[in-house]
Amino acid sequence: MEYAIYVENLTKKFGNFTAVDNINFSIPKGTIFGFLGPNGSGKSTTIRMLCGVLRPTSGKALVMGRDVARETDAVRQNLGYMSQRFSLYEDLTVEENLDFYGGIYGLPKKVTAERKKELISMANLTGKEKSLAGTLSGGWKQRLALGCALIHKPRLLILDEPTAGVDPVSRRVFWEIIHSLASQGISILVTTHYMDEAESCDTVGFILNGTLINIASPRQLIDTEGARNLEDIFIKYVEQTTNQKVAGTIGDLNFLKGDDINEQR
Amino acid sequence: MSSADNRFSFQRFISIIKKEFIQVKRDPISLRLPFIMPVVMMLLFGYAVNTEVDKIPTAVYDQSNTEESRAFLDKFTESDYFMVYETVQSEDRIAQLVKSGDAKAGLIIPEDYSDKVKSGSNTEIQLIIDGTEPTTARTAMSSGQLIARGFSQKYTAEKLMKYGITPDKLTGISLKTDVWFNPDMESTKFTIPGLVGLILQNVTIMLTAFALVREKERSTIEQLIVTPIKSSELILGKLIPYIVIGYSGFLFSLAMCIWVFKVGIAGSVGLLLLLGFLFVYCSLSIGMLISTFAKNQMQAMIVMVFFLLPSILLSGFIFPREAMPEAISYLGYIIPLTYFLDIIRGIALKGIGLDYLWKDTAALLGFTAVILFIATKRFRKSLD
Repeated sequence: MEYAIYVENLTKKFGNFTAVDNINFSIPKGTIFGFLGPNGSGKSTTIRMLCGVLRPTSGKALVMGRDVARETDAVRQNLGYMSQRFSLYEDLTVEENLDFYGGIYGLPKKVTAERKKELISMANLTGKEKSLAGTLSGGWKQRLALGCALIHKPRLLILDEPTAGVDPVSRRVFWEIIHSLASQGISILVTTHYMDEAESCDTVGFILNGTLINIASPRQLIDTEGARNLEDIFIKYVEQTTNQKVAGTIGDLNFLKGDDINEQR
Repeated sequence: MSSADNRFSFQRFISIIKKEFIQVKRDPISLRLPFIMPVVMMLLFGYAVNTEVDKIPTAVYDQSNTEESRAFLDKFTESDYFMVYETVQSEDRIAQLVKSGDAKAGLIIPEDYSDKVKSGSNTEIQLIIDGTEPTTARTAMSSGQLIARGFSQKYTAEKLMKYGITPDKLTGISLKTDVWFNPDMESTKFTIPGLVGLILQNVTIMLTAFALVREKERSTIEQLIVTPIKSSELILGKLIPYIVIGYSGFLFSLAMCIWVFKVGIAGSVGLLLLLGFLFVYCSLSIGMLISTFAKNQMQAMIVMVFFLLPSILLSGFIFPREAMPEAISYLGYIIPLTYFLDIIRGIALKGIGLDYLWKDTAALLGFTAVILFIATKRFRKSLD
């Protein structure tokens, strides 16, 4: 079986620090993979290696069957990437942003024009074509960034915390788009800190201190770990790794009410 | 990173250029800077920074008040270096006026001036000079001495005539001066062409550094590096618009130099345009280098100030490098503007060509090549 992503003994060291430690995983085509872990656990480093931006210290990564290190350009031509910062040109209009990335991916003018139409309607941006990207609100920006990442019809989409800082409605709309893309056969790797989002993925993988702890479907994980939900599993893994209890639950924090805060000051 | 498709893509390159021009078009500062800066700086430097001192306001205390003393005074004001600010009646008043700054010099002619001159004995006229502004003070001193010497020569001659000796029978050396290139020694002829070079440098460095840092600051570079774009396409595509803009600024300030300030180009205009292009390229590389040191536009601005100030002071733009201590004047050699100032002043004022300017041109070429090499290397590294 050919995988969308195939990672074997992938390691990245920065000097003495091992950011990604010998990880292995593979993602079948057309599925959504939720890549989970605390900040600084090695998610972004792994993603940067998958995009061919960082060279692995050892191990290999295949994207759509192609070696990232050796066929970087072919891999990139098949890959859409979107970061939490929605790296759009704010002084360019919606259309100009899409046109620009169309040109960067070498699409013929006609194809760009067609794709632009499709993506604008997918992202619900109809009527905003001539608006400057900088004037759009969070949700619009997020969907425009997704549109830019999809202009060249990539077969793998990598989303790095795409819903950070976006309101719940836009978050819902965004995930509907993600699921419809997956049903069209596009493979997706997504990182998120929202466990409800993670639970809707086909597979999730937990990475902690550069080590991949577990990888399975959300249902399976919850069953085998005997946990209530992914959030509990997340915390459990962090506690196991750091040998420290993650202090308190939301309930314990209830003393932080208006009057108490004023008294303490 | 090796790959099957390593060719330079014209389409990607054009896409970058197009995008960059749209951004410049939407940014009021980038668009206007190349034209506003020449106007503002040329008006400022062209009129305010004038090192020619004339019409020094002088307080005059003529105690003698005779035909002879008035003749001396006339000579004084005729010279155009001095003007009578006020005729006073006491030394105290002179002190007052000089202290308040209304007068920069005071002239005291003694009571017995006329008698002494007539009797042929020595007499002293006092010139008080406010030394706070050295340039004014020096001008006042040397022109005062010159006028006095002229007068005493006249009296000496008259006296000799009485004894039947004509002055031309005496041995004497007269210095015949001939000022080349700028016969009236106008400071605008020195300042304005230099300013054309300085403006070209500043505009190009600023716009280039900002344009490159902006991608980092807004993290759009993160998106670009995951596309198949080559660093050569990105660098060239981003720089070409600023070559166009920087060069337009150069042409605009050159036009102002010629038509507004009437400083004509004595030498080959074609050569100047060509070497101007080289200097745009050089400044562009400096801007690029600066951008590799800065994470955001604020930092870029700070690095730029560190570079621009020494380049104004050490290049010989205002202060002659001959007047600097040797060690400091050598520092000027590591500033590309130094060479371009030699070039533009050489072509515009002296009318000389490559036969004289080849050293400066070679130095400028060398600097451009080295800086561009380092900047490209550092910039590529910052992409990884």
